[in-house]
Amino acid sequence: MKILTCISHVPDTNAKIPFKDGQPDLNGISFVIAPYDDFALARAVELRDQTKGKLTVLNVGLADTEPTIRKALAIGADDAIRVNAHPHDAFYVASQIAAIAKQENYDLILMGRESSDFNGGQVHGMVAEMLGLPCVVPCMKLDLNGNVAVMQREIEGGKEIVEVALPFVAGCQEPIAEWKIPNMRGIMSAKTKPLKVVEPVAVENYTRIIKYEMPPQRSSVKMIDKDNIGELVRLLREEAKVL
Amino acid sequence: MSNVLIYVEAENGAAKKSSLEAVSYGAAVAEMLGGKAVAVAAADLSADHAGELAKFGADKVLHFGGTVNQSSEIAELVAAAAQQENAAVVVTAKSINADGAVPMIGVKLKASVATNVTALPDLSNGFVVTRAAYTGKAITQVSLHSNVKVLSIKKNASGTKEYNKPLAVESFNANISASKITVKEVKKQTGEILLPEADIVVSAGRGLKGPENWGMIEELAKTLGAATACSKPVSDMDWRPHHEHVGQTGIKVSPNLYFAIGISGAIQHLAGVNSSKVIVVINKDPEAPFFKSADYGIVGDAFEVVPKLNEALKAAL
Ligand SMILES: Cc1cc2nc3c(=O)[nH]c(=O)nc-3n(C[C@H](O)[C@H](O)[C@H](O)COP(=O)(O)OP(=O)(O)OC[C@H]3O[C@@H](n4cnc5c(N)ncnc54)[C@H](O)[C@@H]3O)c2cc1C
Ligand SMILES: Nc1ncnc2c1ncn2[C@@H]1O[C@H](COP(=O)(O)O)[C@@H](O)[C@H]1O
Repeated sequence: MKILTCISHVPDTNAKIPFKDGQPDLNGISFVIAPYDDFALARAVELRDQTKGKLTVLNVGLADTEPTIRKALAIGADDAIRVNAHPHDAFYVASQIAAIAKQENYDLILMGRESSDFNGGQVHGMVAEMLGLPCVVPCMKLDLNGNVAVMQREIEGGKEIVEVALPFVAGCQEPIAEWKIPNMRGIMSAKTKPLKVVEPVAVENYTRIIKYEMPPQRSSVKMIDKDNIGELVRLLREEAKVL
Repeated sequence: MSNVLIYVEAENGAAKKSSLEAVSYGAAVAEMLGGKAVAVAAADLSADHAGELAKFGADKVLHFGGTVNQSSEIAELVAAAAQQENAAVVVTAKSINADGAVPMIGVKLKASVATNVTALPDLSNGFVVTRAAYTGKAITQVSLHSNVKVLSIKKNASGTKEYNKPLAVESFNANISASKITVKEVKKQTGEILLPEADIVVSAGRGLKGPENWGMIEELAKTLGAATACSKPVSDMDWRPHHEHVGQTGIKVSPNLYFAIGISGAIQHLAGVNSSKVIVVINKDPEAPFFKSADYGIVGDAFEVVPKLNEALKAAL
């Protein structure tokens, strides 16, 4: 069984990101595998072990993403591909992933529900559409039964159980698996696992980011005494006008 | 080519509130472009309710007789309608199934796609939208430059507006291929207010100590007509169902009013709630970080404050 997991390389979720001249100032910020992608990777490692298959991780990014890719190898992927390009937008990234997947014919393509930088929630759906495959998002549980996967998917106010035959694409979230932390052996072996760098295919740009800004800040908090709850109700009605 | 196509989702026969916002948003964009606002809905919207969309700004409603459940089916329906209507812009409200359809529609229509859009577009220099990024830590302006644009809007991106348009419902036919995904079972709580749709959200965290203490949270939510939500550790420990968990790895909400009770205000929690209009924090620790991101705060024990608040609201509302 050939599994592909696509990971994005994003600022640590604890980081405060300053913005300078309309751009995020990422100097000195540490980078990680995006949280949802880490869930996808953890489940992919388990499924690879179960099926004695092969797990490839893929990232579209410049050379600075390699430590993040090595971390995925340390967690358990067998080999890696880096498409040597700035991830311009979801369509660009999806086109790169689809180009590779067309040659490789993976049985299963797992991604995160969304990246934590673009937060588009788009790459999986675009890849699926480009490859003519079904796409299950957000996928909370995934078990294989031969050639068919049984999955739990979140829906508004609940969940549904779905079945789909391989191959397909899924965008994963918890509790699909527990995040895995690389152990010493993993870290050592990751250094020598193959990481192939490929050049991007040409793709038209459909979008352009003009600038980033901080979201509007709240004015300072108004504290209300706990013995004067009526005042909170009054403020919510008369000042904030939300009741 | 300046028409706007809006995908409308329904619940119990009537359009969802988020879809009505999408219709008003689409009508506003159509006015800017000098085109028509056309809504498309499947059979989940009952014929009796289809006409209501005119009130929110639709010039026409395309009513499809079949149902569309999976994202691929929604994508085929919307793409077919967009092509028939020569739509320059496609709008949908955020929802789990529509979110899945948006990237597929983008590929089908060779469109520029923007999700999590938070305001009307700026057409003074091309087509520029404002969207949330870096999990709520940034807003970004993105220029969309292919002929067709697909937007998914967040709650409160423009609000609803009342229009006085004549009612025009047309039946619409499209060839939808059956999804390769088979739904085996649906486990859905009915009758509760859906979190992504709710105007008011009452959310509680680990400060509540255990699942047995959620009664007062549910009562407060009932008084307010609110949905209930929780922090990640609370759903991780199975005190509350997973679909209530908000934040970086959960649902992102932007209600008019968000109550955070016994939640510390970690950056990953804020990521899911900081675009709420008004935030009220109740926490016994005056140093809880959440107070820095709140509009109103009460320092106190939730077990004392929440029942009192509930009584005060019952008396006032
Ligand atoms: C990659 C990543 C992703 C994450 N994603 C999410 C996410 O999506 N959503 C999320 O919520 N978290 C997320 N987290 C976890 C997050 O960092 C926090 O650990 C979590 O939000 C804390 O939950 P809490 O506020 O309920 O609990 P705590 O941090 O334990 O806070 C409990 C609060 O309750 C108060 N309290 C205690 N007793 C009372 C009382 N009687 N009355 C009033 N107040 C009381 C305390 O003062 C405290 O402030 C993520 C973490 C990581 C690393
Ligand atoms: N640059 C990238 N390289 C590889 N995979 C990516 C990249 N960006 C996003 N993805 C994958 O696509 C998913 C959805 O991303 P997004 O559409 O940006 O929210 C992520 O969770 C990743 O699994």
